[in-house]
Amino acid sequence: MANINPRVIKVEYAVRGPIVIRAGEIEKQIKEGQHNFPFDRVIRANIGDCHASGNQVPVTYIRQFLAGCTYPPLIDSSDFPSDIKQKVQRLLSVCGGKSLGSYTESQGLITVREDIAKYIQERDGYPSNPSDIYLCNGASDGIKTVIKLLMNNDPKKPSGIMIPVPQYPLYSATLSEYGAHQIEYYLDEDNNWALNIDELERALNQSKEHCVPRGIVIINPGNPTGQVLSRENIENIVRFAEKHRLFILADEVYQENTYLPGSKFFSFKKVLMDLGAPYNHMEMASFHSASKASKGWHGECGSRGGYYELINIDKDVRMQVNKLISASLCSAAWGQAMMGAIINPPKEGELSYELYKKERSDIVSRLKQKADLVSQLFNSVEGVRCNAVMGAMYAFPRIEIPEKAIQHAKSKNMAPDAFYCFQFLEKTGVCVVPGSGFKQKPGTHHLRTTILPPVDQMKVMVEKFRKFHMEFLREWK
Amino acid sequence: MLAIRCRLPINSSRIVSAAGVITRKEQKRHASLTMETLNPLVKEVEYAVRGPIVIRAGEIEKKLKGSHNFPFDRVIRANIGDCHASGNQVPITYIRQFVAGCTYPELMKSSNFPSDIKSRVERLLSVCGGKSLGAYTESQGIITIREDIAAYIQQRDGYPSDPNNIYLCNGASDGIKTIIKLLMNNNLEKPSGIMIPVPQYPLYSATLSEYGAYQIEYYLDEGNNWALNIDELERALNQSKDRCVPRGMVIINPGNPTGQVLSRDNIENVIRFAHKHQLFIVADEVYQENVHLPGSKFFSFKKTLMDLGAPYNQMEMASFHSASKGWHGECGSRGGYYELINIDKDVRVQVNKLISACLCSTAWGQAVMAAIINPPKEGEPSYELYKQERSAVVNRLREKAELVGRLFNSVEGVQCNPVMGAMYAFPRIELPKKAIEHAKSKNMAPDAFYCFQLLEKTGICVVPGSGFKQSPGTHHFRTTILPPVDQMKDMVEKFRTFHLSFLREWK
Repeated sequence: MANINPRVIKVEYAVRGPIVIRAGEIEKQIKEGQHNFPFDRVIRANIGDCHASGNQVPVTYIRQFLAGCTYPPLIDSSDFPSDIKQKVQRLLSVCGGKSLGSYTESQGLITVREDIAKYIQERDGYPSNPSDIYLCNGASDGIKTVIKLLMNNDPKKPSGIMIPVPQYPLYSATLSEYGAHQIEYYLDEDNNWALNIDELERALNQSKEHCVPRGIVIINPGNPTGQVLSRENIENIVRFAEKHRLFILADEVYQENTYLPGSKFFSFKKVLMDLGAPYNHMEMASFHSASKASKGWHGECGSRGGYYELINIDKDVRMQVNKLISASLCSAAWGQAMMGAIINPPKEGELSYELYKKERSDIVSRLKQKADLVSQLFNSVEGVRCNAVMGAMYAFPRIEIPEKAIQHAKSKNMAPDAFYCFQFLEKTGVCVVPGSGFKQKPGTHHLRTTILPPVDQMKVMVEKFRKFHMEFLREWK
Repeated sequence: MLAIRCRLPINSSRIVSAAGVITRKEQKRHASLTMETLNPLVKEVEYAVRGPIVIRAGEIEKKLKGSHNFPFDRVIRANIGDCHASGNQVPITYIRQFVAGCTYPELMKSSNFPSDIKSRVERLLSVCGGKSLGAYTESQGIITIREDIAAYIQQRDGYPSDPNNIYLCNGASDGIKTIIKLLMNNNLEKPSGIMIPVPQYPLYSATLSEYGAYQIEYYLDEGNNWALNIDELERALNQSKDRCVPRGMVIINPGNPTGQVLSRDNIENVIRFAHKHQLFIVADEVYQENVHLPGSKFFSFKKTLMDLGAPYNQMEMASFHSASKGWHGECGSRGGYYELINIDKDVRVQVNKLISACLCSTAWGQAVMAAIINPPKEGEPSYELYKQERSAVVNRLREKAELVGRLFNSVEGVQCNPVMGAMYAFPRIELPKKAIEHAKSKNMAPDAFYCFQLLEKTGICVVPGSGFKQSPGTHHFRTTILPPVDQMKDMVEKFRTFHLSFLREWK
């Protein structure tokens, strides 16, 4: 431990952190039989993993496509849908030796990048070039690559990146790993987690002595907060970034998860372009995911499919990016194929369309139902306040924790909501992630739960929570 | 000036004049990421295997599709160890059936689906969230796969292997970067130093550049089948001590680009050296299943470490393996793993924490690794076909390893060490002085100049030795031995013709 990379020690990632490790231990004990827990199963509501949580089964056409790419003799069977067969043949035609087992171009298979560019173009109404698309091992991998570009390797005045509070802890973990300065800007809980420009200015000003500000991360729809930013809010952020010459990292992996009527996803790129000069020349990157895209309605987390689009990037810089990524050769070909399937679903009239449409609406309506339900239920518990789940797949209720409990937690060197969540786990088997894992306004406490478990399980979970919370308040009055 | 709201194509250099002007100058004014502000370490990174010559090969291929003046009609890509792409082999059947079954379990209802593969699929899916490969896996990777890998290692070495020490990663490259990262001290004045072989697989130099670490280069002995001489290791280490804090040592065995398969003796000496200097051993053993020369045998670093007994059997090391090489060649899957040996338990907690932030490696890559590490056994329905397919691949490689070394040695001014293992030949070429001068005047390494000429004149794409580093004053290039036999013969003949005419031209 004395000579391990000191930055590695600073890295934290709560989504798979201590409480999740503890949940795993409890599950083992329950499996082994002898245990004293007042519950017989752990409800894992800590991670946005759709298949694992029982929210859904894989979407059929996606798996048929991937199986066909994997073992082409399958597509000759009369059972195999002809529209999927064509898609498979198109993909394999651009693979070395017509096999998914070949290394691909470092940026990823050309047909997949063409389809992604088309998807983006259709979404935004602005051209998108396959040469600006980079397939990566999940959005996480791409995010780390792009942040790396902004690092200056100056320990005295390191690069600074603006990150939201609360945030998805990949960002704080990566900035710790890279020795960068984290410029934290608080989202406005009272205003549906909006980004206030005053707050952005404050955060930036306060950081100027400690770092060289280089970029700003915006997660929209938000994680853990679930906010879907208004058009106006996005425009103001773009203006702010332009004023301060910040590179925009738009984490848009939940772009296909919006629930609240009136919430609409606006892509940063489209807003940038719509604003015209000088904004439409700003450099930015936008991230999407098969895990998340998976999140959307496919939920293919394990595939580690993902991509980013580099917008308005200097051509010399782009060559450097290409060179950097080439050293790891390419991202997982199966993940690329997955992304290809997701971004180019069956169209009306095609053989696989009806089934796909049904499977997709089932999943989407379930998510919508749960988004409504969950925040409603949390808001019905005394001392708990939960913003509406506008998008993504999490609820982030705020809890009032009694002073005594706060003191006790501090005496144990734990964040108060971490102490709370551990108690919650030990007493009910429900595993959620403490708000401290995402950072939050000092003095506030939260927890993040997914909305993925099936409806009845979610209801059970919130009832357990209600009971636990009331007891906790009594115990620590 | 008024701004016109208009839809310009991105990367447009069009200048819109008159009222409302958007000029390229304005475009640059607010740039947030330029060559000046780009991470300087990223600029240092080089990776020749997909570098300038390969980019040029791609351009030529494009041109060949239309009307062109090249004296050849196809590019022979011998730059990268990609088995399926090069035509060395087709995918192994049972592997693809396994992965297809994991992907779309419906398939297994068919009576055609082999029962032994079906039970393997069911076993894997039973430990996946929601029984789906689409769920995130544990950060270290799916438990049954790690159990099988541990069993494989145990069988190979005769020493216990614990699934908790196995880490599945996105290809060995990903794991190698993670491990090297652990050894970094983030001290600009005296950075961590890692010993790397020369010639080396350029992932290492690229990673060390990216991390700002110090590259302690030790020369392999070309005159002695690319062996590692302890004197040379001592020299390299001593010379570096002022500039860095030596932390680790990379050994690639079997070697890339050199193809050497180290003798048991050599490995023992390397271990003693590493122990003496408290160096963490990074054993890149991805070609462990590619040994061609009769008489050559792969000895794992772990086994040797353990056999040596105390104090060596307590040394910390990591060993890497990959789904991309061997007889399976599933490069695109990005399957790979490393075993951490004798690692401090607190350090291991840190590793687990570090990798958790990227959640897990590709589940499909893990599935491919699962298939590879646990092939059909004698008596099982899939065994015969698997055995046949595997031997075909292995025999072809063996044949070409022997052939290629021999053919290159038959060309005047070319000397090629035997291809003992891996999948490359690394012949040494004598370049005329005039050519060397000319290359230097063009700011090119002499063998890079040579290889570009070879590409432009014959369509053959190989990687210049300078991309792997080499003893100063020597010149090499690396070719794979993957193209089919007749293509390889053709390639070497074209090479012979080119080389002789090159010697004449630059006499």
